[in-house]
Amino acid sequence: MDFQTIIQILDSTVRLATPLLLACLAGLYSERAGIFDIGLEGKMLMAAFASAAVAALTGSVWMGLLAGIASSVALSGLHGLASITFRGNQLISGVAINFLAAGLTVLIAQDLFQQGGRTPPVSFGEGRFAPIELPFAETIATVPFVGPIYAELLSGHSILVYVALLAVPGTWWLLYRTRFGLRLRAVGENPAAVDTAGVSVVGLRYAAVLICGVLCGIAGAYLATALQAGFVKDMTAGRGFIALAALIFAKWRPWHALWACLLFGFLQAIALRYQNIDLGAFVVPVQFMDALPYILTVVILAGFVGKAIPPRAGGEPYVKER
Amino acid sequence: MEKMPHWADVVLIPLISLILAAVLSALVILAIGEDPIAAVQLMVQGALGSTYGWGYTLYYATNFMFTGLAVAVAFHARLFNIGGEGQAMLGGLGVALVCLMIPWPHWSMALIAAILGSMAFGALWAAIPAYLQAKRGSHIVITTIMFNFIAAAVLNYVLVNLLRPQGSMDPATARFPETVHLPTLHEMLAPLGIAFSRTAPVNISLLVAIAACVLVWVLIWRTRLGYEIRAYGHSETGALYAGISPVKITMIAMLISGALAGMMAINNVMGEAERLVLNATEGAGFIGIAVALMGRSHPFGVFLAALLFGFLYQGGAELALWTSIPRELIVVIQALVILFTGALDNMVRMPLEKLFLRLNRGRS
Repeated sequence: MDFQTIIQILDSTVRLATPLLLACLAGLYSERAGIFDIGLEGKMLMAAFASAAVAALTGSVWMGLLAGIASSVALSGLHGLASITFRGNQLISGVAINFLAAGLTVLIAQDLFQQGGRTPPVSFGEGRFAPIELPFAETIATVPFVGPIYAELLSGHSILVYVALLAVPGTWWLLYRTRFGLRLRAVGENPAAVDTAGVSVVGLRYAAVLICGVLCGIAGAYLATALQAGFVKDMTAGRGFIALAALIFAKWRPWHALWACLLFGFLQAIALRYQNIDLGAFVVPVQFMDALPYILTVVILAGFVGKAIPPRAGGEPYVKER
Repeated sequence: MEKMPHWADVVLIPLISLILAAVLSALVILAIGEDPIAAVQLMVQGALGSTYGWGYTLYYATNFMFTGLAVAVAFHARLFNIGGEGQAMLGGLGVALVCLMIPWPHWSMALIAAILGSMAFGALWAAIPAYLQAKRGSHIVITTIMFNFIAAAVLNYVLVNLLRPQGSMDPATARFPETVHLPTLHEMLAPLGIAFSRTAPVNISLLVAIAACVLVWVLIWRTRLGYEIRAYGHSETGALYAGISPVKITMIAMLISGALAGMMAINNVMGEAERLVLNATEGAGFIGIAVALMGRSHPFGVFLAALLFGFLYQGGAELALWTSIPRELIVVIQALVILFTGALDNMVRMPLEKLFLRLNRGRS
């Protein structure tokens, strides 16, 4: 494997890790506030469809992005309504949202475009995010070693990739260096204490769920209008669950989430490039690579490699004592 | 004092939830420019208007009975098994191995062996998440989701690399031998002089599914084990004080749940396709969640809810055939049912409880 190939694989790792990272951070906000969210997949799918549809109709990526975020936030609001206001089962609500998105996207797409549940393709300048060349990428490209890394690996991604990467320190700062973040984490560990301090548990949890919706919206828009050109049925293909796996892998921490998502993105990139990997002694089948993120998560969950402890109040609706 | 009568809890709330889901679905149909009433008529005609329609409705209902029971049994122990899909896939593998590896002289023996095989494989796939939940405290919802994906990968590998017949491009097993063909309802009813559609896939598995409903009812409400499962589901600490082992109940409830989900394979793999294909389960494992919620985890409720979803599934297929409404409408309805009967349960329950309290106060 030569240097050029490695750069290409890493480049595709970054591309594939971006939706995972955005969804993973989305889940992080929600779950840190004590709201389990297995509806990441559905929100991403809804956003992917809404952004591609609006981008195709208006020709504007930004309108598409806004529509994606709006649709995802709407589903977040539904999740909030079910799990915060009506204190329902958060897991069941998440399952319902996944199905709602899977059904509605195809239903509306078929109604709008009559193309078998897909949107018309979007192109650069006409509803698709164009790659951004970082400054001096052309001039440095010829420098050995550093040049290709800068010009091909770091430069040339769509703006949403950089947004996702910046969201990691942003999330870290918000969670660990602001009053809002402290309260958000507290509400996921011990909501009664937050309530005693006179801060609204309901308000904080809704805020967390809405941030989750915004990030899932960006993730979906990235899938449909940056990574690929248009929406196709079920295009998230389990990415929401891989993001969930990455969140557990990262033990609900932002920087670890970045590494976990890059690792899972790398696995996807490898599986995409090579079908079966011949290691000489034996062949690693492509299906094994596909399943590896899930297997790793189960191993982590089992506590064999350090224990993953979720936020303490996760999944439990908060009932004020009367 | 009870906040409201028992009948309201088991009949009224699911009914109101169902009506809410139906109204919203009708609005969705209106929104895409179709006529909801005509759609319902078409669905009823397509699913119940002929023995062919009934044959498909009952075939789908058989699938959903198995997966619905699977989710329901786990619910009784307050475990949420989202892994029905993966367990049913593995059950399919069990059935395929039983049917392909052993030359059965008669279908009845093959059926019994296939039931055992599918139960074993389904239970096996539920056993690991169950063990991890019971012993290591890993959340069963997350592990069963992960195991769905792992199951898909395993099945893909086995079908592509191991069980695919030579020279075939299709990732599927060879056709099962003629001797393991299960009698369809047509073949079962013909000697009685009742005409039933020859092409509909409903088969003897329907009777197995109904028997499973009865057996699960006996298990949950009439045996010591069922009592322990329900006690554990109501209060873990209470069960602990009563000397009920959480590890044992978690394992047993999940093994039964997995076995039931796996048994679905005798219907879709052995009864219908007569070979194992890649996407044999077609999401039936997930529909089990809606069915169990709708049926309030009671076997009879599951039976009724499975029939309802069988009707929706076949009716939806007919809709997709004759109108421009795609099959995904059923997924939307399914989502709304899960939403209203599961997650938004309190939205229906709270006003009703208030209403009944007021009624009771007025009376006393």
